[in-house]
Amino acid sequence: MNRILTSFCATLLALLPLMAVAQIDGEFVKPRNGKFLLKNATVVTVTKGTLNNTSVLLENGKISQIGTGVTSSDAEEIDCTGLFIYPGIIDGGTRLGLVEVSSVPETVDYAEIGNVSPNMQALTTVNPNAEAIGVTRVSGVTTVLTVPSGGLFPGTAALINLNGYTPDQMYGGFKAVAMSFPSSGRRGRFDRRSDENIKKDGEKAMKEASEIWENAKSYLELKNSGAELTYYPEMEQLSKVISGELPLLIEVNAASDILNAIKWVEEKNIKVIFTGVAEGWRVADQLAKSKIPVVTGPVQALPTRASDRYDTPYANAGMLAKAGVKVALRTDEEENVRNLPFHAAFAAAYGLGKEEALKAVTINPAEIFGIADQYGSVEVGKRANLIVSTGDPFETRSQIQHVFIDGYRIPMSNRHIRLYQEFLERSPGLNAN
Amino acid sequence: MKKNIFLLAALIGLGMGTTHAQVQKGSVLIKNATVLTITKGNLESSDVLVQNGIITQVGKNLTAPTGISTIDATGKYLMPGIIDAHSHVGLDVVNEASAPITAEIRMKDVVNPYEIGIYRALAGGVTISHAMHGSANVIGGQNATLKHRWGSKDPADIIMQDAPRTIKFALGENPTRVHGRGNGIQPRSRMGVEAVIRNGFNEALQYKKAWENYTLAKTQKGNTSTPPTYNERLQTLVDILDGKIIIHCHSYRADEIYMLINVVKDFNIKKLVFQHTNEGFKVAPEIAEYTMGASVFADWWAYKMEVYYSTAYNAAILQKNGALTSINSDSAELIRHLYHEAAKTQRYGGLTDEEALAMITINPAKQLGIEDKVGSIEVGKQADLAIFEGHPLSAYAVPQMTFVDGIKYFDRNSDQLDQRQWVAATEMVEPIHLRANEEAHRCMQDVDAYFEAFQGAFFSEKH
Repeated sequence: MNRILTSFCATLLALLPLMAVAQIDGEFVKPRNGKFLLKNATVVTVTKGTLNNTSVLLENGKISQIGTGVTSSDAEEIDCTGLFIYPGIIDGGTRLGLVEVSSVPETVDYAEIGNVSPNMQALTTVNPNAEAIGVTRVSGVTTVLTVPSGGLFPGTAALINLNGYTPDQMYGGFKAVAMSFPSSGRRGRFDRRSDENIKKDGEKAMKEASEIWENAKSYLELKNSGAELTYYPEMEQLSKVISGELPLLIEVNAASDILNAIKWVEEKNIKVIFTGVAEGWRVADQLAKSKIPVVTGPVQALPTRASDRYDTPYANAGMLAKAGVKVALRTDEEENVRNLPFHAAFAAAYGLGKEEALKAVTINPAEIFGIADQYGSVEVGKRANLIVSTGDPFETRSQIQHVFIDGYRIPMSNRHIRLYQEFLERSPGLNAN
Repeated sequence: MKKNIFLLAALIGLGMGTTHAQVQKGSVLIKNATVLTITKGNLESSDVLVQNGIITQVGKNLTAPTGISTIDATGKYLMPGIIDAHSHVGLDVVNEASAPITAEIRMKDVVNPYEIGIYRALAGGVTISHAMHGSANVIGGQNATLKHRWGSKDPADIIMQDAPRTIKFALGENPTRVHGRGNGIQPRSRMGVEAVIRNGFNEALQYKKAWENYTLAKTQKGNTSTPPTYNERLQTLVDILDGKIIIHCHSYRADEIYMLINVVKDFNIKKLVFQHTNEGFKVAPEIAEYTMGASVFADWWAYKMEVYYSTAYNAAILQKNGALTSINSDSAELIRHLYHEAAKTQRYGGLTDEEALAMITINPAKQLGIEDKVGSIEVGKQADLAIFEGHPLSAYAVPQMTFVDGIKYFDRNSDQLDQRQWVAATEMVEPIHLRANEEAHRCMQDVDAYFEAFQGAFFSEKH
């Protein structure tokens, strides 16, 4: 009896690697922590070149060894011959985890009431079980910045890894206060305001932003001088930007707004990241001069003006990089963050180049967010966030074979894949017998 | 004699004047391309000769007849112009949301040849788009099949006049929201949607019978009967029942797709294509057996409740179950990279190059009833062509030139900063549309309550 049980367990153990790929009826494959040896891959490190026939050892959630002769007696071996290892891909701006179904308001949690609510925490509302998270991570996107939106200061964005059962387990160690810079642009087709009113509204919003800023400065000064302050969580959060504890993530898109924003932050002596920056190419030199890093995107987008060249959104990242701006990419998506590698491919094809495009979704966002010691490349000591692909992960036909997040081996399944498995050959088929 | 010739010439001139405006047709020889014919395999280093808008030769070492220019496409890929079976580009208005059935409405009355979206689609290799009525009504308006002849001033010149008639149907959330929850009339549920369609067709049958009775009575001696009142709406439904119009039905859930299959079976309607069809994969065998297939998104899901249980493997499941499947855009943005959307069927379901490319060429051509004219590179077909740098299914592909009827309407090398044909004199400052992507989705445009009254607060109510 015992022997039967033992052999049964042995069989199960042998099947484990298979189960991680193809789901078996009645089983639920969970992300699995452990020691993994990825053998004989082509390793695209991003920061230290491309290494052939190289093995990577993952243990305790970190990359512990990289080399041609790496062995381990107790690691689970995964043969990666003919496959490619890349660092986990990072999306510099999403709403992932903050919304389940965008047309159902009860499931939309990225926008709070009020114009000034920097204390609203995206991390609080991240749903670790959002269906889109499982759908996203098998694409190779392992880490995303998830950003609230709505008012002038809509809340605080948080970096999350796409594995974990609580927001804290997912938290990636970076937060930023979001700001939606007052705009001189039209919000869309339905925006029927006159040019004059748009201008007036923009000026009014600008004035308001500066007043709020002055208030936050006063708050910090009073606090630092030991004054007893009433409970004011909005000012408390903004003061963290002024003191340099948190960066300010400014969503700004129209060319004139970008110039205004550069001027607005100029003498504030704070950490600033611009995001969106759709018309950045028009003011690329000024952006480069400002030294403000940029998270731009979506790349697959329409030009902002009818007169613009059709490919400006594709080419924007490349033009910014060429001018000397530090560029990362974002999808600005919720359910289709999985398309980030394709956005990167488009940016590459229209001027950014493959190498820079890869950096723009790995090491660049890591550096911009100040977490490059842990993320953005395949290097010893960094977090074990990496992907194994049949080829260039930006190429549509490539298949992502394995994903590791924080050293966890992620099951390569999600609802989209399970529906495929169930319905490819439906039973009963056309006739009910 | 001289007088006769003069008269003849005058008559011919008059005859030409009365037909619709003449569209330009070109001649060109494209040399040394990898030709992706779609229907007849791939031809390495081959040439395609176009004369007067028609493909006249496909082969190696062709020489250009006198007066025909040559384009060297060495190292490049040549494919048929991409066809988008679901678009709203080139339309000034999208929805006539005033009643659950508005079959009399015709999109060809609101075609705008100046819309920059047409040029941008050309820049993505797209030569034909199916300009559809929106999805506010159960039975919406009749669609227009457009040929992207950029620069035309007469709307008639960008309408593909030899394409068959098609009509928009819509099931599920959009018509029940607009009419049931918005106006308090049927349909408020998917039950009501079925009832609206069945009632409409039954009324059309009575209308048809009334005209048949009248026509018969007219032949009788001493007949005094008066004709029934002409009704364009019912007549259009009669034309659907008579097989003169292809239904293109906006649909998402498997239950509503299955419902419409049953309805058309009952009314003996054969020409039905499903649009969007996010849950088509659940009833793929039925779609394959009873319809002209499905035109789907590559990967859109979760933007509304009825697409929450979608899968990006939808196209692959439909294809592998034998359903005619195409990939569409329904978006002024997505239409610019349908070649990339088609490639997603390789990421999600491992389709072959041939299967993936067919989904944006010959398959949508079949669904629009124009597969004898376009959708592949074959002698005798209209010369709608696209040249790519890189294989069109590569994420790095860059469309280079696009031809409609042998005329080059897009050339990346001579693309100008401003390609507009027309600028509004009333616009002092050109609008900057910062949420252009969201605006690209126009399925529910012109439904006032959702788009204007709340300053776009319901913007996510798209498709």
